[in-house]
Amino acid sequence: MHLFTRSLLTAALAACALLAQARTQGDNRGRPMQPAQVETTWQTECSGCHLAFPPGALPAAAWQKIMSGLSQHFGTDASLSPQQTTTITDFLVKHASNRWTSSSAPMRITETQWFRRQHMSGEIPQAVWQRASIKTPSNCVACHRGADRGIFDEDAVRIPK
Amino acid sequence: MTPRTIGLLASLAIALPLAANAHPILDSYRAAAKQDNPAFKDFSADAGRTFYTAVGPNQLACASCHTDSPKNSGRHAKTNKPIAPMAPSVNPKRFTDQAQVDKWFKRNCHDVLGHECSAQDKGNFVAYMLSVQ
Repeated sequence: MHLFTRSLLTAALAACALLAQARTQGDNRGRPMQPAQVETTWQTECSGCHLAFPPGALPAAAWQKIMSGLSQHFGTDASLSPQQTTTITDFLVKHASNRWTSSSAPMRITETQWFRRQHMSGEIPQAVWQRASIKTPSNCVACHRGADRGIFDEDAVRIPK
Repeated sequence: MTPRTIGLLASLAIALPLAANAHPILDSYRAAAKQDNPAFKDFSADAGRTFYTAVGPNQLACASCHTDSPKNSGRHAKTNKPIAPMAPSVNPKRFTDQAQVDKWFKRNCHDVLGHECSAQDKGNFVAYMLSVQ
């Protein structure tokens, strides 16, 4: 093959690989999962019962919907003071994903398309989700040990027994 | 030993046990319980233990997340998140922050009982927690 053609092909292949990596590495929601500097009120109040889910996991509309209905938060009353609610909402909205084109407000990260593509497209056997060490797909930290620091790199995933 | 030192030591001997019994949060519940019921005498750790293990209308008990002993680490029944032990004898930070205690009673009483806890309930619960060695 001509050297020029070969170089072009190599470059094209490299570009594809890079793009594919960008998809699977998880930053495909337009922003990082969470900023380096986080709001302490968010960290403290939203991690009482579960991981403080990173703002980059959902669009702003979703966060607004969740934060305006805290007294009926997935079956429990998670209400906070007006000040805390405002502070947290502002943080979430500011660092939310910008990839959703419609104004849809998905309430569950685990039901979003990108999540299902990463976790439910066959790579992980269904039985894994039933393990006592994991229990539920929303238990990010079971496999993503750095989840509380916004680290979800595929390389760092360790699925527990 | 000088009389002054003896006097000082004696005062401490009296004051320290009293200080140990004083617990601002428990005291605030005592006041509230007295208001609810003038015949109120004091809380019961035994009643607190019964309350702790009782299963409510949502098939949940305090013990469902906090395990059968407040000295253990627990787990959230739905999310599996680890919960630090409740007993102050193991986790001294517990029951020192009124706002924290109020917040969690508000949430978890609704989860377990389906309604708010009375001052009597809360006081018995805290008395039980304090009694677990």
